[in-house]
Amino acid sequence: MSEIISSTGSPSPTDREFIDPSAPLLEIRDLDVSFTSDRGTEVPAARGVNLTVYPGQTVAIVGESGSGKSTTAHAIIDLLPGTGKVTGGQILFQGRDITKMRRREMEALRGDAIGLVPQDPMSNLNPVWKIGHQVSEALRANGRAKNSADAKRQAAQLLGEAGLGDAERRLKQYPHEFSGGMRQRTLIAIGLAARPKLLIADEPTSALDVTVQRQILDHLETLTADLGTAVLLITHDLGLAAERAEHLVVMYRGRVVESGNAREILADPQHPYTRRLVASAPSLSARRAETAAGRAEVVERAEQIADAAALDGGTLSADVAPEAVAGAAPHDVLRIENLTKVFKIRGQGPRAAEFKAVDDVSFTVRRGTTTAVVGESGSGKSTLAQMVLRLQTPTAGRVLFDGVDVDGFGRKEQFAFRRRVQPIFQNPYGSLDPTYSIYRSIEEPLRLHRVGDKRSREATVREMLDRVSLPSSVMRRYPNELSGGQRQRIAIARALALRPDVVVCDEAVSALDVLVQKQILDLLSELQAELGLTYLFITHDLAVVRQIADRVCVMQNGKLVEEADTDAVFDHPQQDYTRTLLNAIPGAGLITSGDR
Amino acid sequence: MSESALFEAQTRFVADLEETPLGTTDQVDESTPPGGLWLEAWRTLRRRPLFIISSVIILLLLAVALFPGVFATQDPTHCELQNSLAGSTAGHPFGFDQQGCDIYSRVIHGARASVSVGVLTTTITVLIGGVIGALAGFYGGWLDSVLARVTDIFFSVPLLLGAIVCMQAFPDKTVVVVALVLAVFGWPQVARIMRGSVISVRSAEYVTAATALGASRTKVLLRHVLPNAIPPVIVIATVSLGAFIGAEATLSFLGIGLNPATTVSWGGDINQAQNSLRSDPAVLLYPAAALTLTVLSFIMLGDAVREALDPKSRKR
Repeated sequence: MSEIISSTGSPSPTDREFIDPSAPLLEIRDLDVSFTSDRGTEVPAARGVNLTVYPGQTVAIVGESGSGKSTTAHAIIDLLPGTGKVTGGQILFQGRDITKMRRREMEALRGDAIGLVPQDPMSNLNPVWKIGHQVSEALRANGRAKNSADAKRQAAQLLGEAGLGDAERRLKQYPHEFSGGMRQRTLIAIGLAARPKLLIADEPTSALDVTVQRQILDHLETLTADLGTAVLLITHDLGLAAERAEHLVVMYRGRVVESGNAREILADPQHPYTRRLVASAPSLSARRAETAAGRAEVVERAEQIADAAALDGGTLSADVAPEAVAGAAPHDVLRIENLTKVFKIRGQGPRAAEFKAVDDVSFTVRRGTTTAVVGESGSGKSTLAQMVLRLQTPTAGRVLFDGVDVDGFGRKEQFAFRRRVQPIFQNPYGSLDPTYSIYRSIEEPLRLHRVGDKRSREATVREMLDRVSLPSSVMRRYPNELSGGQRQRIAIARALALRPDVVVCDEAVSALDVLVQKQILDLLSELQAELGLTYLFITHDLAVVRQIADRVCVMQNGKLVEEADTDAVFDHPQQDYTRTLLNAIPGAGLITSGDR
Repeated sequence: MSESALFEAQTRFVADLEETPLGTTDQVDESTPPGGLWLEAWRTLRRRPLFIISSVIILLLLAVALFPGVFATQDPTHCELQNSLAGSTAGHPFGFDQQGCDIYSRVIHGARASVSVGVLTTTITVLIGGVIGALAGFYGGWLDSVLARVTDIFFSVPLLLGAIVCMQAFPDKTVVVVALVLAVFGWPQVARIMRGSVISVRSAEYVTAATALGASRTKVLLRHVLPNAIPPVIVIATVSLGAFIGAEATLSFLGIGLNPATTVSWGGDINQAQNSLRSDPAVLLYPAAALTLTVLSFIMLGDAVREALDPKSRKR
């Protein structure tokens, strides 16, 4: 690392102008930003925001979506989207007010003095240009390169600094040849190309796997520390913010509700919103004992109800194969045996290449419990869920539901099976049909399975809405009128309308803000106890696992690497990979220091 | 050196709770009236000048096409050569053409032919193209390959060239014949749009969710995929309705479209008017202006509908 920095072209104190470390680099005073709606009214997005960044310091703005954190960040580089404009206050960068600058002056400042690492690595590199061109462009636009050869040499060096090996070759590649992590490193290289004094990092790693996220943030930290660059980190993750920044600014509904030293805020949150945020952050929950006790109670009630229902003969095996009941272990509702899924990849030479998405996975799921399947993208966890749901057929191995091999189902049994096993998907904006009213969405499963008449179905819809704590007036609304969390509640209501035994949650809370995520997780626990549900919970987020799961299966590259009770996995991980995952939870270091 | 002493502007700040009241997490916003995709599209549309202007013109056009007698009392086929190329007089605001027919009356009565061909052709193309595109997109595999090639074959023939060749085969050139011929070469565009739209909807999570609920393939296609795949088809249908009216006028202008002896049409009149183009250009102006205004209105309407139906261009 130090070798790279000390080589030619790198900054040294001499080629930087002297900066007074005690004078603020960036000072925002009473900033108001508003957008104009298409009806012509002004909608405030940030109100009276104050924040200060000193040279070389890392400051984090934390808030949920719609809190105004990104708006504030974009106002600093004058890149507010659409109709957004600064309507009051000042943004002083090294004492000069950005809001009063001309376009030319602002362009000179962007990139050169203030760099930006944007949020989505997938859409922020131009797919038609080579990586080398895009990095050189940043250098040349800011007058950092004398000629194209110099730009190329510096670009290679920047990529090297950002942690991309074999930089010379990387320069000639296109963005689609890069993984998400590599793209984000490229964006960091571009953001830091002109050696800005301030780097704005807008959710720089939220689209990446936790382990990659940690590597990149570690790297960014060393790099900016070496360069003396101040960082303004925008994030929704309180744990991550507290771990990376000295100073925290908490935003809520366009206002700063609390700011101060990061550790102080975590240890002693003052504003009720901050308190709520600290309490809900899954990565920071030191309440393991409390959670565990709560789980035990939930599971006990769920098991009682589920077992009673199973004995009543309400299970699938009794419906379709009475002879199988005797042989079935009553406690294991799902048994996954040597499940394997091989995909053929086209266009790889004459013979199609094979890709093992799921490789010989076996485990069982006990009735009334929650089993989490954890893994990073590409670990095969979602393919596994699809096979359990019979949306994909396994290449080898089998799934036993109530002791019956799911693969042997005919049309009728499959229809009955659909009633007992229901999914909840990740994307709250994609899992509900936009042309269906909420009523029709929840009623659909009932109508499909010909349950009850019109009146009783309406009663069921009302009851389901009540169970997911939504007013029955939302029945007449459409998905686009609801928030992500509310849509996810509707998706839960729809999944539960048929009273299934097993619910497969595929990243069901991953796209939600922490407070909403906590609400939905609590709701899922509550419903589990009331209805005796069994959850198969697919997630990439170990912090969430601890809140809800009884048993954890860790997957890596299609293989099951570790399977144990939740506490055992968190306290005594057996595999290196599990340990890596655990350490990568943002704020993981903060919990252990506070917990023990 | 303590940090707080150095960074004096960064002392602990806690906002006044009265100024920043804590709301209930994720409360349902009941301030707006409920409405679905179509209702919201309508709410957006009815405020747009582009939509208002084009739909007023189109409504007027439809009224003229349905009840031409209300707008023009003169018989368009009653022509007296003594009036040839006479200027406007009382009761004949646009004057007379070379044959001595009342131009105003011919423009009014010509609307019916154009509108009938446009509406009929669009209906047929949407039906054929929609079904083929939806089947190809939804089922994929060999069915898609076969249907896509068939579509491409028809797509490779330019609309007008194909129509010119085909029209020769029909001695009886009625509105239905022209519409059918135009539709034969017009449906591939709809099929392509429908196929692309269905493919993008097919992989949506709500489609997977419906499958997991136990819905059959057909039910998924009819109840979830089609309603969501329709909006781009509506847009293309609106725009191409205008284009088909233009194509019909072109065929009639070339003398191979609607029979000028039996049907009054703008294209036929433009053809007739070119004889007197040098001496009396106004004769050409009126049917041409009617045609342009009609085609333009449909294109504008298509644009307005596209904006209203595209969720990305609309803010919540």
